Amino acid sequence: MAKTETTTPAAQTASAPVALTPIAALAPAIAWLIPGAGHLIQKRWIRGLLLMACIVAMFVSGLAMEGKIYKPNTGDLLDILGFIGDLGSGALYILGRIFEWGGANITTAGADYGTKYIVVAGLLNIMAAVDAYHIAIGKKQ
Amino acid sequence: MILLLQLSHFSAAALFALFFSVVFGITQRNTTNEMIRYGAYCFAVAMIGMFLAGWAMWLLHH
Repeated sequence: MAKTETTTPAAQTASAPVALTPIAALAPAIAWLIPGAGHLIQKRWIRGLLLMACIVAMFVSGLAMEGKIYKPNTGDLLDILGFIGDLGSGALYILGRIFEWGGANITTAGADYGTKYIVVAGLLNIMAAVDAYHIAIGKKQ
Repeated sequence: MILLLQLSHFSAAALFALFFSVVFGITQRNTTNEMIRYGAYCFAVAMIGMFLAGWAMWLLHH
């Protein structure tokens, strides 16, 4: 008995392999390095500027609250996760490490908030980079 | 760092909600209208959750 085809055209499109175009490779990389730039190079001006403003403002607010920037470490699990989150900020993280921005220790509630701001800015930047990739491959307008 | 920002718990949480709501709205929806509505929804949920959590902590404390 012949096997019938049950997949819908939409499902076939979703499972189809994605061609790795230069923009599909470049967009997430540049979006990680410079928040919002992945959208800007694809001419999503308002979205790109809003993402850039929010992520940069969040990172700077975190620093202004004396938040801590995590360094690579193999100690406490939360410290390792904090470093991974911070790394998501791309150039902001690199600049922060070069110029030794951020508080040394978390001693106040404000500094604790600041540390979370910096980590979440990195995580939001990763979301923005994934979104830029989805736009580049045509999955999103 | 020259710039120092001292916010209350409420201000810090509200600013946090504003930033993540904008990013969530843009990245999680496809059309402009949906983005605005979802961003506003995320912000509203965060603010309501903050008030509820605040009152819950007050009740636990007293």
